[in-house]
Amino acid sequence: MSTTITGSIYKVSGPLVVATDMKGASIYEVVNVGKEGLMGEIIELDGDTASIQVYEETGGLKVGEPVTSTGRSLSVELGPGLLRQLFDGVQRPLYEIAKEAKRRGEHSGFISRGIEVNALDRQKQWEFTPAVKEGDTVVPGDILGTVPETDIITHQVMVPPGVEGKVDRIYQGTYTVADTIAVINDTEVSMIQKWPVRTRRPRQKKHIPKEPLYTGQRIIDTFFPIPKGGTAATPGAFGTGKTVIQTQLAKWSDADVTVYVGCGERGNEITDALREFPELEDTKSGKPLMDKTILVANTSNMPIAAREASVYTGITIAEYYRDMGYDVAMMADSTSRWAEAMREMSARLEEMPGEAGYPAYLGSRIASFYERAGQVTCQGSDERTGSVSVIAAVSPPGGDFSEPVSQATLKVTKAFWGLDESLAAKKHFPAINWLTSYSQYLANVEPYFEERTDQDWGTLRQEAMSILQKENQLQDIVRLVGMDALSMKDRLIMEVAEYLRDMYLQQDAFDDIETYNSTTKMYVLLKGIITFYREAAQALTEDPELELETLTNTGVRDRITQIQNQQEGEVDDVKTVVSDIQQEVAKVTK
Amino acid sequence: MKTWHKNIQEIRGPLLVVDGVENVGYEEIGEIQDGDGNIRKGRVLEINGTRAVVQLFESPEGLDLESAQVAFSGESMKLGVSDSMLGRMFDGFGNPIDEGPEIMPDSHRDINGNPINPGERLVPDEFLQTGISTIDVSTTLVRGQKLPIFSASGLPHSELAAQISRQVQMAQIDENNEMQTEDEDFAVIFAGIGVTHEEAEFFFDEFEKAGTMGRTTVFLNKADDPVVERVTLPRMALTLGEYLAFEKNMHVLVIMTDMTNYADALREVSAARKEIPGRKGYPGYLYTDLASLYERAGKLEGYTGSLTQIPVLTMPDDDKQHPIPDLTGYITEGQILLDRDLHGKDIYPPVSILPSLSRLSPEDDYVREDLSKVQDQLSNAYAKGKEVRELALVLGESALSETDQAYLKFSDEFEKKFVTQGTHENRSLIDSLTIAWELFSILPRTELKKLKDKLIDKYGTHES
Repeated sequence: MSTTITGSIYKVSGPLVVATDMKGASIYEVVNVGKEGLMGEIIELDGDTASIQVYEETGGLKVGEPVTSTGRSLSVELGPGLLRQLFDGVQRPLYEIAKEAKRRGEHSGFISRGIEVNALDRQKQWEFTPAVKEGDTVVPGDILGTVPETDIITHQVMVPPGVEGKVDRIYQGTYTVADTIAVINDTEVSMIQKWPVRTRRPRQKKHIPKEPLYTGQRIIDTFFPIPKGGTAATPGAFGTGKTVIQTQLAKWSDADVTVYVGCGERGNEITDALREFPELEDTKSGKPLMDKTILVANTSNMPIAAREASVYTGITIAEYYRDMGYDVAMMADSTSRWAEAMREMSARLEEMPGEAGYPAYLGSRIASFYERAGQVTCQGSDERTGSVSVIAAVSPPGGDFSEPVSQATLKVTKAFWGLDESLAAKKHFPAINWLTSYSQYLANVEPYFEERTDQDWGTLRQEAMSILQKENQLQDIVRLVGMDALSMKDRLIMEVAEYLRDMYLQQDAFDDIETYNSTTKMYVLLKGIITFYREAAQALTEDPELELETLTNTGVRDRITQIQNQQEGEVDDVKTVVSDIQQEVAKVTK
Repeated sequence: MKTWHKNIQEIRGPLLVVDGVENVGYEEIGEIQDGDGNIRKGRVLEINGTRAVVQLFESPEGLDLESAQVAFSGESMKLGVSDSMLGRMFDGFGNPIDEGPEIMPDSHRDINGNPINPGERLVPDEFLQTGISTIDVSTTLVRGQKLPIFSASGLPHSELAAQISRQVQMAQIDENNEMQTEDEDFAVIFAGIGVTHEEAEFFFDEFEKAGTMGRTTVFLNKADDPVVERVTLPRMALTLGEYLAFEKNMHVLVIMTDMTNYADALREVSAARKEIPGRKGYPGYLYTDLASLYERAGKLEGYTGSLTQIPVLTMPDDDKQHPIPDLTGYITEGQILLDRDLHGKDIYPPVSILPSLSRLSPEDDYVREDLSKVQDQLSNAYAKGKEVRELALVLGESALSETDQAYLKFSDEFEKKFVTQGTHENRSLIDSLTIAWELFSILPRTELKKLKDKLIDKYGTHES
């Protein structure tokens, strides 16, 4: 097992290298390719030849150059120091790479080949406080001690999978990640765990998630919520605001830890997050958002094979923090690029293509990736729970959702936020189409909202949605025969639907007040709009002569706008709002 | 010194397969000699044991399996770069095609470059004023951005690209609410990919007339030049661009036209290699390949220069969902879309602001405070105006409500006064915003939902 196998390059084609004399190497094993020792992974074995995807540019590689095995599969390093970092798709720390390039006398702005840097800083000292005593018996997942990783997150150092028994030694004080902090059953344990990215980390039990991942985005939390441990997909053509939604969730969701994977997307977007997150505050703790964030970036011009790995790197890190008992949210922007990376490697391997050139295993790869999300009882004897939620952007070519990646994703994700080009063109953001989107978690999370607002939360939501759906039907009529053909009641529906669209569904991500709403504010707003609808509908029934304009020319709209512009904590009491609106309507009807 | 390999197995379109080679690197450059001693260049696309697949950069005409021979250089494709390349003209391999002397290069660089480290990027936020209202207000350009023009055959994208390259300047608002322009260390690199003779002449003429040829470098592949050269040409242009921006600290604008020709060249090579085609026959890696060009724009930590790109592409059959515009839009930071209907109405520049977009915006200090809100309000009102226009077709204008008639008037005036401008008309951002506010006065104040009261009171004509 531990003997090094050295073969030689036989073929080079883009990121694919074929090597011979590789007998004894195993599939998904990491190898060093060529004289520069470029990092690669074996993805196919046939006799003594191995097909290798290489994570760096392959220009200049020659036939006959050596390929050496490393005996390990593609793994990430897990331990204190992950938070606040920016990694590439195979977990190389990008800031350190820039420093290393400078040290070598190369341009610090570019990633040159063959730079090897540890994912976790080996010099940094951490304050380790033990949580077990010598003589205790531990099982995998038990917490050995804690390290204050950032101001927000306390890192729980766990017994690694596969290690159990009596604690022979436990240390206290400052250590680097590589130092021994415990001896368990004669095994020395440090703060680093290595874990192969393509294998899910062990857990005791998976649960049905019930608590929402609160995002502060009205349309999501009210109509299409996702729970902690759930999965959501946001497909949309370019320019429909996928990335803004992803970053809004990274900024505002109430997850403990956020793993943001920029997969094959624009470099400047990652930069935007990097510059903005340290300045933003986490809503729960008031500390810099970066303290709970890990970024994984493989931008569209970085090697394609590393792009394929980047989502696995991201989810493995997410699972690791879940194992500590945290609620983790992972954003992946965009999973289409990940699928395309698979397609490109598949084509180079000359595999039989499935739909649209994607490999036949596309669906199963996507499904098994999303199955790594969930709320679980973690390993360890204290039965703590943690969760990984996955929110993935999908970039369908031409905005056509019938393509294979969108379809395979929708099959396994339970919340769907469909982004609409025509809404985006009208600057209606977030451009989530309320007619086509759905969430199968509505029933799971409703009790949570009712507990925090009032028992009529669900009724209000249903009533609002049915107004929006009716508006859509009425619009067809208006387009044919004009607004005048509608009854006053139908015109009221059109009017209230506009309130809902303008003041509830739309939410400006770049406005200080609008960018995040508490449940209280959402409830007051929604209750205000629906109260107006109910009162006005009743007034119209009671007085057939009543014109809609008489009702809309009251101060109702301004009153609701007023609530929308109120700071969190200063939002009017719901009873006052309801009685104000009732009075406004009463003024013109009595 | 050169080892000539004679065992040519196959010549197929732009590809040549040679056997019996040793010690050849992937992407290495080689020379191919025919029986008459003519030399042409090529690049290794694949090595498989002792066989190498070589992509020819010139026509294979005159080559035969018997007499042709190949020698490899041991080097990948490089461009010798120097700041004396400004004011000069080159072909797709970086050979001078003007009358000037040979370039004495500062250094030789791999034309594929290295990917920019995302951790070292700076957020582009310095306002670039193009003097074109639709761009400055609705699709604001900043230094280090990549903002393509989506055009179609017969539309004046060349005129627009020339106007931008002539007028573009860094600009910042001063305390008197006027735009102060800056004109330091600015260079234009023009990459003409498969352009016609007329188009090329048009650009040279424009550069000459504007007196900007001295700060311009041209890389040119004309419509009758070798197709394969189109694959390397933008890489040459960007390699020089990166050198000027990130070594010489210049502000570089790279105009690449026409990217559709680039993608077609890529498809031709891919087809010759018998690769599995993706959408419309383009290779499955088209996204990655385009990204390897577009992502070479930006600004870097520790360097004052910048590289801004304006790629121009023509959408086949005006189809925005065609793979080339579609994949480009997923990579670039917005797009400026030219519209045939506007062009039909004799409106120049025919920029349609609704499907156009800029994903980056200037820092607040650079522009007037109302810019982003005016941008939203213009789109919103113009979109409504267009809807009303359709409604008016069905119902007749007289059936429209007063507000709807205001929207109709707004959208007509918007196209006439805001969108329309001369090819040599250079409007400052303030001029453009002033026009926008004049247009808003057509609409009732209550319709200006995207504008805050404070702004309307300050810049608008409506009574409060």
